[in-house]
Amino acid sequence: MNDKDFSKEKIDNVIDKLLYSYPAKVSKNRKEHMLVRDCSQDKQQIKANTRTVPGIITNRGCCYAGCKGVVLGPLRDMVHIVHGPIGCSYYAWGTRRHKGKPKEGEQNYLPYSFSTDMQEKDIVFGGEKKLKQAIKEAVEIFNPKNIAICSTCPVGLIGDDINSVAAEAEKEYGITIFATSCEGYKGVSQSGGHHIANNALMKHVIGSNNDFVAPKYSINILGEYNIGGDEWEISRILSKIGYNIIARMTGNGTTEELRNAHKADLNLVQCHRSINYIAEMIEKKYGTPWLKVNFIGIEATVRTLRDMAKFFDDPEILSRTEEVIKEELEDIREDVEYYRGQCAGKTAFLFVGGSRAHHYQGLYKEIGIETVLAGYEFAHRDDYEGRHVIPDIQIDADNRNIEDLDVQKDPQNYRIVIPPQRREKLEQEIPLNNYAGMINEMKDGSVVIDDLNHYETEELIRILKPDVFGSGIKDKYIAQKMGIFSKQMHSYDYGGPYAGFKGAVNFARDIAMGIHTPTWSYLVPPWKKEPSLEGEVSYIPESVEQ
Amino acid sequence: MLDLTPKELKEREALIINPAKTCQPIGAMYAALGIHRCLPHSHGSQGCCSYHRMHLTRHFRDPVMASTSSFTEGSSVFGGKSNLKTAAKNIFAIYNPDVIAVHTTCLSETIGDDINAIIADIEIPEGKRMIHANTPSYQGSHITGFSNMVKGIVNYLAESASDHPEVKTDNINIIPGFVNPADMREIKRITSLLGIPYIMFPDTSGVVDSPNTGKYEMYPRGGAKVDDIAKTGDSKATVALGKFASEQGAFELEKKCGVKPYVLKTPIGIRATDDYIMKLLKLTQKEVPYELEEERGQLVDIMTDTHMHFHGKEVAIFGDPDIVTAMTEFCLSLGMRPKYILTGTPGEAFSREINELMMDVAVNYQVKAAGDLFTLHQWIKNDPVDLIIGNTYGKYISKAEDIPLVRLGFPILDRSVHSYMPVAGYKGAMRLIEMISNAILDREDRDAEDCDFELVM
Repeated sequence: MNDKDFSKEKIDNVIDKLLYSYPAKVSKNRKEHMLVRDCSQDKQQIKANTRTVPGIITNRGCCYAGCKGVVLGPLRDMVHIVHGPIGCSYYAWGTRRHKGKPKEGEQNYLPYSFSTDMQEKDIVFGGEKKLKQAIKEAVEIFNPKNIAICSTCPVGLIGDDINSVAAEAEKEYGITIFATSCEGYKGVSQSGGHHIANNALMKHVIGSNNDFVAPKYSINILGEYNIGGDEWEISRILSKIGYNIIARMTGNGTTEELRNAHKADLNLVQCHRSINYIAEMIEKKYGTPWLKVNFIGIEATVRTLRDMAKFFDDPEILSRTEEVIKEELEDIREDVEYYRGQCAGKTAFLFVGGSRAHHYQGLYKEIGIETVLAGYEFAHRDDYEGRHVIPDIQIDADNRNIEDLDVQKDPQNYRIVIPPQRREKLEQEIPLNNYAGMINEMKDGSVVIDDLNHYETEELIRILKPDVFGSGIKDKYIAQKMGIFSKQMHSYDYGGPYAGFKGAVNFARDIAMGIHTPTWSYLVPPWKKEPSLEGEVSYIPESVEQ
Repeated sequence: MLDLTPKELKEREALIINPAKTCQPIGAMYAALGIHRCLPHSHGSQGCCSYHRMHLTRHFRDPVMASTSSFTEGSSVFGGKSNLKTAAKNIFAIYNPDVIAVHTTCLSETIGDDINAIIADIEIPEGKRMIHANTPSYQGSHITGFSNMVKGIVNYLAESASDHPEVKTDNINIIPGFVNPADMREIKRITSLLGIPYIMFPDTSGVVDSPNTGKYEMYPRGGAKVDDIAKTGDSKATVALGKFASEQGAFELEKKCGVKPYVLKTPIGIRATDDYIMKLLKLTQKEVPYELEEERGQLVDIMTDTHMHFHGKEVAIFGDPDIVTAMTEFCLSLGMRPKYILTGTPGEAFSREINELMMDVAVNYQVKAAGDLFTLHQWIKNDPVDLIIGNTYGKYISKAEDIPLVRLGFPILDRSVHSYMPVAGYKGAMRLIEMISNAILDREDRDAEDCDFELVM
């Protein structure tokens, strides 16, 4: 069998072997989290968003990481007090690259980390007093407009009533203060934390300014965290066309702009997993439809811009969209072709959170790289199979603990943005209020693995030998020690932006660089390649001669 | 940068802003990586393990392997026993380490899981070991966690083979503290030059600075071997480098096997290195070879030749207590003026040690344990310094106040190679001088008027 033989038979065989080497229970569990894409089947089901087996070296994080780290953390005009021992606040400080640029007169808390640094006595006697005091100190020192409190594991166990503390403080100081119970053990991954943060923003922030009047072509960008400046590139393109961005959730976003979010005409959903709850809730409460977008990859960006234009159906927007697309494509064509020449024929693994493993497949393809394995770290079945499976998803004990916030129509602010008939028609043409999932777009014979773990990573890289391993920091150097270029798809290896048109060129350049860096050529030392024994013998000792 | 930090200092009782420490488990994870073929295991929620691995990986730019008990809400209610049992079974079956080193988290500690009892109940395969340390995140810091895991290693793995505890081998045990693998290598090199047999534990050299050969090894060559750690109970003495990270392990070994402990500073700087060598000489009656004497002489030569670059410069030093203490001493040896000395790790011993060092120096200084970088920044805002020495997090203050930063300690997330190059020993001291002088001179060059811009400095 050749190294790059990705026939379905070979892949099936590889997966079987992999599962066989596990203990029986683990094998049974993992089997359901894997599939080999078979385009002849109408429906392929995968298990997702269930517990990781203890002891398995997973890449997953916790509920707190999803709530504070992912969704709330990027809001730059907010004091994020982490209530718990020091580590949780410390690790979420400056480690995720959600950039933000404050406007004149705005407070910027992004370079700060706040913690109640709970000590043993707080665990024994309760931490509410300390939390109250911490809020007081934050108010006195910084005079912020917004404070969010995120709890960590022990807080839930000792029963601190952080919601009451927040409510009292809100009253006392007259600013927005809310709490999220995002203890690390809740749910099975970061995903539960996304949901909790979505609920909190919906309850306490979104829609709290009704005086705001939105301009024409107003939109919100949801599930875009401005890693490496992605949001800046997306906003550049959208502003060029003539859209007005009301709120960003939450990369480069502010709590203050989120207050106006319900006045926009359309919500763009980039990362479906982390923010679809807000999209749905806004729709239910205020009537704003949402569109699944993808600004990663040239074709995807073009398609998204056209979908948006179709939604607004305005001659000015339609023509401007085409003008911008033409202009931008001309601008990058040469560069992309150059890098495609360097990357064509290569293969990639993509293991990322809950969207990027899908979003980046198109961009890889555009530079000639085939994604042969993809998986999500914390996605649900709908992210793999499409939203139509949501009614069939089994609710288990872990999911039940995450509140499903029930919002009602807001009679004063509910609007019908587009008439139902047109909406129905649009739903057929563009991903309006819908996400079709990752699997649909994957090639026959490609592998899909949920919650890919260390053992599987190591084995599959060894066997399938991709040219690029796109994942996170924890497994990056494992691949690189095998001589395979690994690209961090969470932090972009501190590069970027990778979104939009200019981002595509950055990405292509970085991937080409990673594959072709001359440093790889030194892996094997010369003494392992060449014999050091020279053929000529110039001196023979006498003793040997005799 | 850090525009919201006011100059005015206010007493804070509850709010930590921009911490100068993290929690115990990461220290325990790092210590456990210093055992050959050991897989650290985090008994708590997945996030802890993920954060610690992320952070260590970013510092070392090398794989950091560790597993987790993956607590859910159920385990938090009913206890983590079944999670740990399942985890152990799967880890031995799938990842096949020789040792699983369990550390706890704030979650499992708050629940009250009795790890001793759980481990006693686990069927551990023949020849394999399971050890543990209690590392509640709500006490101490990552340095305490390191110290606790070292204690755990002693508890579980050190033995006295002899029936006569007074009969000892010639080995010297070395507990290096929470330092980079390059420093461990340097400490070992010095010890070898002296011709002294030693057992270093934990020893992360060859684990988190492993070579790229094109072949991935989940358990690289490095790390203290279990068999060697077992022998530490029969060693002549234990040299614990760094009070905060290493002393508890040494005391534990004395209690368990009667090995005499000697607690020294981390050998960073000329005096602490001298002290280390002198202690070894007294313990072993060995002599210093010319090679080492030459190195020391070179260092003194450099210190004297370049003293004008750093003499009298005011410096803020922050980070982990053992490293900060040693670095403060070295700054004094260089004629610098340590003005702010801060660690996030709690403990009165820190201020005591610093006060002792500063006793004979006519310098106004502030020292603080359990401090944060917000405080350090406010001190600097009120009265600036010429240089900041500390980990990567110092870069925010450095940028805000336009003061050069020399990166030292853990973590360094924005520069590379640091973990491969020592700051310990005489060679390490030379490197520190190079780093400090370069930072100060680069700044002078940057700020110089054209007419004052010098070719020779």
